[in-house]
Amino acid sequence: MREELALNLRATYARLWVRIKGGNREPEWLIAEMIIPILTLSAYIYMYKMVNAPPEFSGFVIIGGTMIAFWSNVLWNMSAQFYWEKETGTLEAYFVAPVSRMAILLGMALGGIVNTTLRAISILVVGLLVFQVPLMIYEPLTALLIFFLTLIALYALGMLFASLFMMYGREAWHTANLLQEPVQFLSGSYFPIGGPAVPYVVQLLSSLIPLSFGLDGIRRVVILGEGIANTWLNVVALVIFILILLPLAKAALNYMENLGKKEGRLTLRWQ
Amino acid sequence: MALDKVTISIEEGEIFGLLGPNGAGKTTLIKILTTLLLPTSGEAYVGGFNVASEPNKIRRVISLVSGGETPGYGILSTSENLWFFSQLYGLSSSAAKEKISQLVKDLEFEEYGKTRMSKLSTGYKQRLNFARGLLSDPRILFLDEPTLGLDVLTSKKLRSYIVDWTKRERKGTVLLTTHYMAEADEMCDRVAIIDHGRILVCDSPLKLKEKLRENVIMKVEVSSVQADFSFMERMAGVVGSTQTRSIQTNTTSLKVMVKDEDVFSKILSRLEQQKLRISAVNKAEPTLEDVYISLCGRGFEDQAEATANA
Repeated sequence: MREELALNLRATYARLWVRIKGGNREPEWLIAEMIIPILTLSAYIYMYKMVNAPPEFSGFVIIGGTMIAFWSNVLWNMSAQFYWEKETGTLEAYFVAPVSRMAILLGMALGGIVNTTLRAISILVVGLLVFQVPLMIYEPLTALLIFFLTLIALYALGMLFASLFMMYGREAWHTANLLQEPVQFLSGSYFPIGGPAVPYVVQLLSSLIPLSFGLDGIRRVVILGEGIANTWLNVVALVIFILILLPLAKAALNYMENLGKKEGRLTLRWQ
Repeated sequence: MALDKVTISIEEGEIFGLLGPNGAGKTTLIKILTTLLLPTSGEAYVGGFNVASEPNKIRRVISLVSGGETPGYGILSTSENLWFFSQLYGLSSSAAKEKISQLVKDLEFEEYGKTRMSKLSTGYKQRLNFARGLLSDPRILFLDEPTLGLDVLTSKKLRSYIVDWTKRERKGTVLLTTHYMAEADEMCDRVAIIDHGRILVCDSPLKLKEKLRENVIMKVEVSSVQADFSFMERMAGVVGSTQTRSIQTNTTSLKVMVKDEDVFSKILSRLEQQKLRISAVNKAEPTLEDVYISLCGRGFEDQAEATANA
């Protein structure tokens, strides 16, 4: 048991190291990853300013832009990773090794978090400096708690998608494309989803996405100066998401691996 | 059905070859044994562990090297790739470092230690692939067409390294799949010939070839690429034949296995009747391909052609 844990920790660290090393060797990605989100974010902020929206709306957009960086990372750099590994031929090496698939995915996720945090921080700093958005953080620990719970829930969702990517390759690729914008929209990344202008159905759908609760909670604590007394429901919702998504992701990975082994599609490329 | 009633048992310390044309079922079998595929029926054990119920125990004692596969991440150097894969087997960083420097030295690519994998030639990528496979000191090493697409020298180097690893250093057992006869002949203690998912025969290369001594094997070179040699299939006393056509030289090389030399004389007469110029006739020593021909009536290349045309 202890030996197995040590092995999986080593594998996680090694995969994390590959992700960070790879990112450092091709720093060009940083430019695209930072500039494009700032452009989108700027467009929303100018629009809110034009219609004389309350100043906290600019803050909502900046927090949304920061958190959506993690969603993109989950979707494209983690969920899709097994698909890429399969296409490039390295997936076979993982599946023949005595390590847990979750350990590998965790390494990918942590490596992705390190790289994406850089992107997120740059969005946050540029956004706050350029648009002079005031922050009102009275409970930084609550902000950190909600932030980390959101990340865990998001990456658990990513692990669940990874099992789909592993088996269905290109079809899952289209699914990810389908998920990118709707999740961005439903989580209210650039506007508050709980506002009176948003229809009830959209609000209901948004409650199915962990990012919605995370974004709402962080905005309340960081922009509106609220505390745990007003955000405990967000915390509970995120914990529930984690408790459901993590075991579901593990079961889905096992199921898909077995299905792949039965159908002979586990390491079959170009499907 | 990819495999049909395959029964084989491989001894510890043995180099066992699975020989067969493309599509015979070799890779399917190796994928089952390396836990990448589940058998639809029957049972398979590796190192005493069941492939379906104990895959993790198997993964601790095996390693797989496939020919023509990417050995790692292009953006990482050779040493970095090897370090990464060593971590999937739980090697401590110091043990991994020692092992990596030993392997790159043994496989003669020390000077490429800091080269990015994407910049390596096919031969050096495959050396890296071998090093990756040997990092964990596997008890059982699976080699799936390991010299596919490699030049003669690199292939020879890798083959002799594996023979040394198994025989001289007594490090493990090897299951090799290949469609290169010479490779199986040179490396293997025993060979199983597989075709259409069935094991046709299994013995040492020497004994398999010995069984052909009662036949006569002749090589004939004919100056034509269009001539029809199908008459040999219907001729009594012909065990089997293969033909290799070369458009560049406008010749066809025939390899014919016959019961006795009289039958071969009849073949030569038929070729002369067709007004074909025979440029060379030689008697040949039996090879493993001849074993396959004696069992299937055709060679590997013909089988590949038949599969492609099907």
